[in-house]
Amino acid sequence: MFDQNDFRDPELARNLIEGINHYAGVIAVNKGADYTVHLMEVCGTHTMAIAKNGLRDVMPANVKLTSGPGCPVCVTANKDIDIAIELAKHHDVMVTTFGDMLKVPGSYSSMQKEKGLGGDVRVVYSPLDALALAEKNPDRHVVFISVGFETTTPIISATIKRAEAMGLENFSVYAANKTVPNVLRAIADDPSIQIDALILPGHVSTIIGSKPYEFLADEFHVPGVVTGFEPLDVLQGIYLLLEQLAKGEAKIDIAYTRGVRVEGNPTAVDAIYEVFEPCDAEWRGLGVIPGTGLAIREKFAQFDALKRIELNPPEPREIKGCQCGDVLRGAMLPFECRLFGRACTPEHPIGPCMVSSEGSCAAYYRYTDYGRN
Amino acid sequence: MCLAIPAKVREKSGVNLATVDVLGVTRKVSLDLVPGTDVGDWVLVHAGFAIEKVDEQFAQETLELLRSMPYLEEDT
Repeated sequence: MFDQNDFRDPELARNLIEGINHYAGVIAVNKGADYTVHLMEVCGTHTMAIAKNGLRDVMPANVKLTSGPGCPVCVTANKDIDIAIELAKHHDVMVTTFGDMLKVPGSYSSMQKEKGLGGDVRVVYSPLDALALAEKNPDRHVVFISVGFETTTPIISATIKRAEAMGLENFSVYAANKTVPNVLRAIADDPSIQIDALILPGHVSTIIGSKPYEFLADEFHVPGVVTGFEPLDVLQGIYLLLEQLAKGEAKIDIAYTRGVRVEGNPTAVDAIYEVFEPCDAEWRGLGVIPGTGLAIREKFAQFDALKRIELNPPEPREIKGCQCGDVLRGAMLPFECRLFGRACTPEHPIGPCMVSSEGSCAAYYRYTDYGRN
Repeated sequence: MCLAIPAKVREKSGVNLATVDVLGVTRKVSLDLVPGTDVGDWVLVHAGFAIEKVDEQFAQETLELLRSMPYLEEDT
């Protein structure tokens, strides 16, 4: 079996960087020395991998790596976070959530604050743990707060199907899950965002495959490469994108072949759409994007927390001075936000891009020195 | 949030559950999304679920591809 460390071999990294410089040079000749190539990654795990491995520092001067709306926590709108917070206030509800949703500030509070005020909020590693809690606490209504893209959504579907098979009546889900392809269309359509090519998400593509991205190449002439997460994987993705740009090509390619097939995982995709149906969704910084949300189908209404619990969340408001929305759209880099590294730091974060472990502000602050000066 | 870790399936049990080994740490995961997975297979694990089987052969092919790139030959 291969060893993950094989994908961190510095010799091969140097080799890929040399190739990246070669094609960046060809692009400079073709497009002019002052033309900057914008490569956008749309997965929070790539945001972290790029920052942690210092890959920006080895990019040629004419290649800029920007971050798109790839952190599912960061893109969750205040309206949805406020609903999770209202659930945490509910005395007979036990809220279960992934860890990085806990501290995300909503309009007036956070799940962590409500936990401090006596709310029953528990961090779980897996929605299966939430099922186990529901089984052990039959008198409590256990709600799982679900955010995530196509990597996470099938496991929520499988959890709901398991709850149904177990006959669990005290379990439900609040789902603010989103899908990736249509938000990429919205970004490719936005003239204010420059994208020359896309570093496509690895594990979202493990589920949906590479076909759903083909419109990017066909309609927008934007190349995309499905990329893995080790340093060599990311460098290989960048190398293949620059190769396409240098040759004037635009196609969707898979570099992360050990984890992604063209057709993805059909069992997982079927699981998504058996339990959920597409709907519109509000994204932080991008507004409502048609067809990018997922609502629990009527057939599984008993597992839809909003259909079982009466809530009246506050009118959502944005946090004063927070520019996470622009950072998420790739229109601004984290350190260009006035709050970055001053009022907004990991110790007292203001916006979700600093709170979330995969937020681009958290990545910049932790792995670059922009946050210090 | 989309993190998924390669893990080896050590044992299958219960309703579509498996014990997997991640760098020496074992944990129980669901195989609901990867029917046909057997003991000894490698899977990508995300939040308690196997979401895909990892293709060892492709892993080797990727490494060989990277080792065979033109720039390396120019240096040696």
